[in-house]
Amino acid sequence: MNVRVEHATPSSRVGLALSALTLVALLAAPLWADRQELRLLAEMYAYVALASLWNLLAGYGGLISVGQQAYVGLGAYLLFALSMLAGVHPLLAIPIAGLVAAIVSLPVAALIFRLRGHYFAIGTWVVAEVFRLLASQVSALQGGSGTSLPADIVLSIAPTRQLREFFIYWIALALMVAVVGGIVLLLRSRYGLALTAIRDNELSARSNGVDVARIKYVIYVLCALGTALVGALVFLQKQRISPDTAFSVNDWTAFVIFITVIGGLGRIEGPIIGTILFFVLRQSFADLGAFYLLMLGAVAIGVMLKAPQGLWGLLVERFGWQMFPLERRLVMNGERTLPGSIRAPTN
Amino acid sequence: MEWVNTILQGILLGGLYAMFAAGLALIFGIMQLVNIAHGDLIVLAAYIALLVTEALGLNPLLSLVIVVPVMALLGYLLQRGLLNRTLGNDLLPPLLVTFGLSVIIQNGLLELFTADSRKLQAGAIEVASIQLGGGLAVGILPLIQFVVAVTVIAALQWLFYHTALGRAFRATSDDQAVAQLVGLDNRHIFALAMALSLAVVAIAGVFLAVRANFDPTIGPARLIFGFEAVIMGGLGSMWGTLVGGIILGVAQTVGAKLDPGWNLLAGHLAFLTVLALRPGGLFPKVQQR
Repeated sequence: MNVRVEHATPSSRVGLALSALTLVALLAAPLWADRQELRLLAEMYAYVALASLWNLLAGYGGLISVGQQAYVGLGAYLLFALSMLAGVHPLLAIPIAGLVAAIVSLPVAALIFRLRGHYFAIGTWVVAEVFRLLASQVSALQGGSGTSLPADIVLSIAPTRQLREFFIYWIALALMVAVVGGIVLLLRSRYGLALTAIRDNELSARSNGVDVARIKYVIYVLCALGTALVGALVFLQKQRISPDTAFSVNDWTAFVIFITVIGGLGRIEGPIIGTILFFVLRQSFADLGAFYLLMLGAVAIGVMLKAPQGLWGLLVERFGWQMFPLERRLVMNGERTLPGSIRAPTN
Repeated sequence: MEWVNTILQGILLGGLYAMFAAGLALIFGIMQLVNIAHGDLIVLAAYIALLVTEALGLNPLLSLVIVVPVMALLGYLLQRGLLNRTLGNDLLPPLLVTFGLSVIIQNGLLELFTADSRKLQAGAIEVASIQLGGGLAVGILPLIQFVVAVTVIAALQWLFYHTALGRAFRATSDDQAVAQLVGLDNRHIFALAMALSLAVVAIAGVFLAVRANFDPTIGPARLIFGFEAVIMGGLGSMWGTLVGGIILGVAQTVGAKLDPGWNLLAGHLAFLTVLALRPGGLFPKVQQR
């Protein structure tokens, strides 16, 4: 008997084709977008990446962190330290910052994994606070008041301002594609099956032989890596850093959580939809200041209570769409079985 | 002598942190809920006290007569109207809803009161102190604060183990389904627990506001202090929160004495050390399930 697992559905084929077309258009954005639009797009990519990582952590891994700003700030500070104090080329400093942050996250995870459930969440926040306070003690980077990248380092990215902006834009796009693509590939692997099982029911995943603790540990470290990469890039673009901006709980955790929850938790597409919605709202209402944030908090609470599957979840329920080929369907002798009628083997 | 004084101040500060922690430990013990908005509710209580003292010309400590019932009522309504709907096997909804609540309270206070620092004026009592001899002095206000904290914790402990309400709390905490079978209305019990938690929050908020400047953004740090005291003391133990609060207070004042920049950091490091060495806290009473 010829058995294989098929991931794609008609809607995911359309989705992938549309994604590819969009990607080509976005790659060419320096041709059609002005400087402001490029910056806005790069910022959106950063949020898609951050929200996708948080989604992997919370939506799939069940690890609810309110302290991911720890790794945004760590990545950013490492970038500044490496380029300003160690003379590393800033573009090379981005991956090094990510790797160092991943290494730092190993003992951090060992420590805070001792806290269960809700207390884990606040534990992640304590870690972020410790990082922020340590960063404000680094006198070589001006401590609490923060510092700017010197002109020669900025020039070393690219000689002209325009070229620099293009470079950073493309790196941001590449990073987003790598993060989202990496998560799709991860979810299609057998780890993805285990993660999805954990998402759906942790207890039954464990009783079916999934090593839940180890998978959570790996996911935490991977998310630290990705989050630090994004943090490094975001602050390379800003060219200015301070402990309060780099470790901001509002910017790097509250917004990211709202984006994911409103877009659709535990679904790859959720953070993308959420980011688009978030930026549309922000462009329209940001003048309202604190009131805008208040509104955002209320919307997130409403979504959590009334439609916890989020916007994309509602669309999936209504139309059965999926943008990425993530479904698992068994094909036996060329014939598709109905989803759920036969369980796919795990290996 | 200077160091003894520092440690003494730290112990008294610990009383305040114990009050932050007690409200948090109370609701976690009863419904396994961690209220991320806890710190912001403390700040909200401080602002309500500010309004009350300005409108009625009351001494801040007397304003407790109004602030405590107002916060307790708010807690009851909050639990009945919103938070009860989030309880269940899934950890995410209560966490995200209280996180959203935290953002709402913070930004609501910013809109209403601006980002300016405020402080409650308690008059002459603020600078009064008792000389203990040998250069040691204790401020009257920190002393009152500490005594109130001990009283609050003793009262909670008594309520838990010697009253019908406490029995209902413990029953619901042990097994929700069985508690309902024997006729307890969980929704009402949970709401009462939140009311009690916010009553403690109200007391903590007023003392916080008399002690130092406050503004709408300081809530999350208070949540973290309370949380650290709870974990260091050991989950499920009310007196443990007092010990946890004292350790945090002493670590912070000693840290600040070494270097002003080390104030908060020393507190966090004390917490992380306890977590590394004694993950169950120093006085674990109830094993976590």
